[in-house]
Formats: sequence, C-alpha cells, structure tokens
Amino acid sequence: MVASTVLPAEHETPRITINRFGLWLFFLSESMLFAGLLVARFGLLGTEVNEEVSQSIGLLVTVILLASSYSALRAEQAAKARDRAGLVRWLTLTLVMGAIFLAGVAYEWVEAFDAFPTSTTFGTLFFTMTGVHAFHVITGLVFLLILLFNAKAGRYDEDSWPVEAGVKYWHFVDVVWVFFYPALYLI
Amino acid sequence: MAVVGGVVGGAIGYVLGAAGIMAIRAAVGARAWEVESVTAGAWLVAVSGWLLGVGAWKYWVSPWFGRPERTYATHGWRRYFDFDTDHKVIGIQYLVTFLVMFFMAGLFAMFMRWELMRTGEDVVNADQYNAIMSLHGTMMVFVAVAATVGAFGNYVVPIMIGADDMAFPKLNALSYWLVPPVLVALTVSFAFGGYDTGWTGYAPLSVQSDVGGLFYNLAFFTLGLSSIIGGLNIIVTVVTMRAKGMTWGRLPIFVWSIFITAMMSLIFTQFVALAMLMVILDRTAGMVFFDPASGGEPLLYQHIFWFYSHPAVYIMILPAFGITLEMISHFSRKPLFAYKWAVGALLGIMGLSSVVWAHHMFTSGMAESLRKPFLASTELISIPTGVIFLSALGTLWLGKIKFTVPMLFALGVLFNFLIGGITGVFLADVPVDIQLQDTYFVVAHFHYVILGGGIFGLFGGIYYWFPKMTGKMMNSGLGKLHFWAIMLGFNVTFLPMFVIGLQGMNRRIADYTPDLEPGNKMVSMGAFFLGSSFLIFIYNFIYSWARGETAPANPWGARTLEWQIPSPPPHENFEVPPIILADPYGYGEADSLHADMGIGTLEEAKDSERV
Repeated sequence: MVASTVLPAEHETPRITINRFGLWLFFLSESMLFAGLLVARFGLLGTEVNEEVSQSIGLLVTVILLASSYSALRAEQAAKARDRAGLVRWLTLTLVMGAIFLAGVAYEWVEAFDAFPTSTTFGTLFFTMTGVHAFHVITGLVFLLILLFNAKAGRYDEDSWPVEAGVKYWHFVDVVWVFFYPALYLI
Repeated sequence: MAVVGGVVGGAIGYVLGAAGIMAIRAAVGARAWEVESVTAGAWLVAVSGWLLGVGAWKYWVSPWFGRPERTYATHGWRRYFDFDTDHKVIGIQYLVTFLVMFFMAGLFAMFMRWELMRTGEDVVNADQYNAIMSLHGTMMVFVAVAATVGAFGNYVVPIMIGADDMAFPKLNALSYWLVPPVLVALTVSFAFGGYDTGWTGYAPLSVQSDVGGLFYNLAFFTLGLSSIIGGLNIIVTVVTMRAKGMTWGRLPIFVWSIFITAMMSLIFTQFVALAMLMVILDRTAGMVFFDPASGGEPLLYQHIFWFYSHPAVYIMILPAFGITLEMISHFSRKPLFAYKWAVGALLGIMGLSSVVWAHHMFTSGMAESLRKPFLASTELISIPTGVIFLSALGTLWLGKIKFTVPMLFALGVLFNFLIGGITGVFLADVPVDIQLQDTYFVVAHFHYVILGGGIFGLFGGIYYWFPKMTGKMMNSGLGKLHFWAIMLGFNVTFLPMFVIGLQGMNRRIADYTPDLEPGNKMVSMGAFFLGSSFLIFIYNFIYSWARGETAPANPWGARTLEWQIPSPPPHENFEVPPIILADPYGYGEADSLHADMGIGTLEEAKDSERV
C-alpha cells in the first residue's frame, strides 16, 4: 500500500480563524487583570463611593465611549463592504470620540487630585482603575490611527482582518468600562 | 547585529520615556528627576524600544506604516541573536538564556551556603545575604516557570503535533525577546544593592525597600508579559495546528502538559502583573494599596500574589510531569498506562490550582474561617498528583526498561517529587503549618518539588532532546555521572534541611544559633557537591554541541513525530505533512503505527518506527 498521500487542503485551519481565536484568548487574559482590579476595589472599600466623583463627567464620557463602539462597528462593516470612504469616515469619528473620552478622564483627574488624592484609598483605586483603562484606550487609539492611515492608502481593500481586530479590541475596552463605570461612580 | 539595535532602541526608549515622565512631574510641580518614578515610567518605553530595535520594527511593525514586508534572511549562528521567528531557533534561545540564569542563580546559592556553614555573619553581612537570597529565589523561580515551557514548549510541541511552526511566529519571537530585559532588570537591581524581600516581594516591606526592589517588580512584570504571550501562542498552536488525525486522544502527554501549563499562564499571570503594578504605584505614585494607616490592606498583596504564584507552582511542575511520563513510556517500551486518567489528572491539577492559594497564608492573620476550606482544597491536590504517579508506575511495571540518561532523570523526578509531595501533605495541614511556617522544612519541601521535580525534568528534557536540537549526541557516560552526582548532592543537601527546619532553623536569615551548626554544615557540603556536579553538565553540553558524535534521526527509538524527521529538523520540519494514525505509545502492539510520514510505503514506515 502506498502511503504518500497529499494532505487534503480543507484540513488546515483558516488563518482568520487562528487570528480570531488568538484575539479572544488575549481578551480572556486581559479580563483577568480588570477582574483583579475590581476585586481589589470591592475588597478594600466594599461598595463605598466617594461623593465627590463628578457624575456629569462620568455619564458624559460613558455615553461617548459607548457611542464610539457603534461607529467602530460601522467602520468594520464598511471595511468588509470594501467601502473605503465609509471606513475612513467611521474610523475618524471613532477616533474623535475616543479622544473626547480621554479628555474627559483627564479633566476628571485634575479635579480628583484635589478631591481624593492618590494617598486616599478611594483615590488609589480611582486613579489606578481609570489609569489602567485609559492606558488601554490610548493603545486602542494608536491602533485606530494606524488603521486610519492604512485605510486611506487602501491597504484593507483585500484583507479587512486588521480592521476587525482593532475594532474588536475597541469593543473590549468599552466592555471593561461598562464594569468600571458603575464600580467607580454608581455603586 | 540585532542585539545592538535592541540596546540602542532600549536606550533611546529610556531617554524618551524618562523625558516624558520628567516633563509631567515638572508640570505638576514635583522634582523632575527621581530615579524610581522616572525609571518605572520609562521602563515600558525602554522595553518597547528594545523590542523594536531588536527586530520587531524591521520584520513586523514597519509594514503597518506602509513599508514593504521583509522576509527573514539571517543564517547560521547569527540567527540566535536576531528576531528569528523559527520556533526551533526560539526554543534554543530560551534554553540557553535560562541555563545562564540558572547557573547565575546557582552561584548565588553557593554564596548562601558558604555564609550558612558557620554561625555568625562571617562571609557576607545580613543585608548582602538578603540581597543574594532574594535574587537566587527570583531567578530560580523565573527559570522554573519559563525554561521548560520556553525551550521545549517551543521547540518540540509544534513538531510533536505535526505543525511547521507556531500559530503566531512573530509573537513567539516577541515573547522570547522580552526575557533579556528581565535579566537586565535583575542585574541592575543587584547593582543598586538588591532587595531584601525574597522572591515573593511581600508588601509593605517591598514598598519600603530600596530602589533595587523596583527592578524586581519591573522584572517580574516583564516576565509575566512574556509568559502570557507565550502561553497564548501555545494554546492557539495546539488547538488549530494539529496534523490530520492528531485527535485530542492521540496527543503526546508532553503536549498535554504544556497545553495545560499554557492555559494557566494565560489566565493567572495577569494577577502577578497586577500585584507588581500595585507595588510600583505605592512606591512611586504615593498610592496606599498596602498601607493600613491610610485604609490599605497588606494582605491584599498576598492574596493577589498567591492567586498567581500557587498556580505558578503547577506551571513549574506540569511540564516536568509531561517529560517524565513521556520518557517512562518510550524507555519502558510500553504504552503509557492510564493515558486518559493522566490527562484528566493534569486537568484536575489545573482546576484545583486556582482554589488553594491561601495555604501560603495560614499564619498571615487572614480570617480564620478561610483556613479549613484551603486546607481541604490543598489536600485534594494529592489525588490527581497520585494519579500521575500511578500512570508512571503502571507504565514501568513489567516494562523493558532502558536506563538511558533521560530515563534516569525521569525516575529521579518520581523519587524526589514523592518526598516533596508527601511533605506538602503535612504542610497543608494548618496545625503543622503554623509550627513550620518560614522554617527550613518549607525550604526543603519546595526544593524537592521544584528542583527535584521541575528542574530534574528540565535536565531530563535537555538530555533527551539535545540530539534533536543540535544534531549531536551528548556523552552518556558523563551524563550518567552527572545524574548520580546531582541525585546524591541534591538529597544530601535537602534531606537534612527537613531536620534543621524541625529543629527551628528559620529561612531567609544569615545567622543562626550554634546548636544548628552540624546540620547546616552538612547541608552546605551537599550544596557545594551539588553545585560542582553541574560543571560536568556544562562541559558535556558545550563539548558535545561542538564535537559530539553526529546524532541519528531517532537515537532513542521513540515513536513521537519529532524523532521521525532528521536531527536537526529542516526549516519546515516535515517534507510532507504527516497523517496521524494512532497514539504514539503503541510499543509492543502488533501493527501499530503513530504516523504516516508520507515518505515511502506504510510497511517501510512501520519498519523504521519499530527500531
């Protein structure tokens, strides 16, 4: 019996599946970091919230960040439809909203330094949690900027995976905020 | 050369990062230069600069900015100093780097035992002793966590599952090149006088310690990053890149052990990164996570730290279990006994690993109600561990055992881990633990587990896969001499530690009462013998790599895929993708064949595999 069979091509896992799986594992791992921060927050302070957090800024940046997830979704859809102009438009909008979110957090920080400095327990938790989250927002914005730069040059006309990855990461950062916002402002 | 680019990139990164932090500090009215805050902030930029300089920019990131893709083009020995994406190169990079770290840490142990030979502070003073002890512990833990997974997880696992590389080769190179900054941080820490917290870095001492402590935090944080990325890559590789016919039930047990280890790395390592981040923030940003006077909680550190670091114990030992079972089957010429139960046991250890952490904290002052549940969950671990032993013993039973060097190490793991495991049963018991906490009984216990189990497994793996990795045979006479020397040295060093621990010898201390001197002398003598036995290994390793006999493709007559291809394997591993027909342990079973390598006829394949 001759055994030198050629491997059937359909056996190989498609590259896109491998990439997606890796991305989701990354989210799983990152969730542990944020879960650890939440544990620290409730472990140290229970459900106590400092009354001087600015509810209006908190609500505003939350709405903007959630809205930016929608525009990110539209950007991904535009990339899949090979609509270059739409991709550029929606990416730009997402970037602007992300930047507004960061500006809001920065403004809140300046206020918070006086109200509850890092040397208080709530200040420690507030600055660490918003800081770690903002760091992820910044990296997300860097990815979105690179996407925008390349989208203009038409590099995603063939393969929209980078757009999908950047947008999924942006959604992930949003979902984290969905847990952090109530933990820091509401409960 | 790439490493030079990395150093330049790292220096530029540090300067840029430092400038940024100093600007922010000046803006908020603080003194611009303050070594801790500036270094902590600049570290991330410096490491990014190092990675970009060492090759991440050239081979990875630059196409994101519209530059053309470059394919990798370095050959020969220079590949090992470059951002090479071949899993076989990365495996060897990991192995050599961590061997260097291992021998550095071993040298520190020699200094510790020199000081402890007599009472009094006669060789080094208490501060120097603490620094040496802390660095020994930290480096050895890093080696135990990352060496086996990094070296053999990278080199062997893709071949064992019939893949041509890892799922994400560039990510793989990234995870390796994060390791040199770890070594740099630890060395710099020593230059700053080290730190005195031990490898566990408990707060609040770690918050108050000198600047050396900051580099410990940065080093652990960076190794964590490397570990997470590496773990992710291994999981995706094993799930998506298996050859046709390589079902989960046919996966070699070593692949299972690395796969499960990778899952633990992926999930738990974030917590140690978080613990390190919190300490850094307490140190540099005036935060109060661990300051009880301001409402913080020092025990929070221990909870978060051990939530990673206990699973990390299994990250250290499971690969060694995998290597041990693998070799016991191949060298007993018998199918692996209770394969499915062994896999289940590995999974069971992973499951339990997340619910036992507070057994490190019985005397910490945590709520007393937590003691019993953690006692019970910890004792439960002995059940899956026992199943691993049953699998090993059942395989050995009536086997045609070949006492090769790797097989001797596998049997050494069984012997040493038995002692380490059973003393662990005592230590998990709250009343016993309260007596023995922080004594040399604990030191002896974890050295039996990690050195006697994990590191013996690592060296068994080196002797086993060396012919495949280098294409040269290691001298087996010297190998056997090395085995018996370290087996003897190891047990003479660590068995008496149980006794002096019971007599009340505290760990992490440079001095002790005179009645403990005889025991300590014996430990020190054993340690010097143990340490010098590694000289045999170093000689054998270097000499055999340079001048050893050429290795055949399958010197051990083993059935797993890596032995069915040439030594060392060609770049793409397999000429034709293999098709897996059965599990790799069908020794002595008529007509069993692990894989159709697609070369020649099935009959020829059976003949060559039978050896």
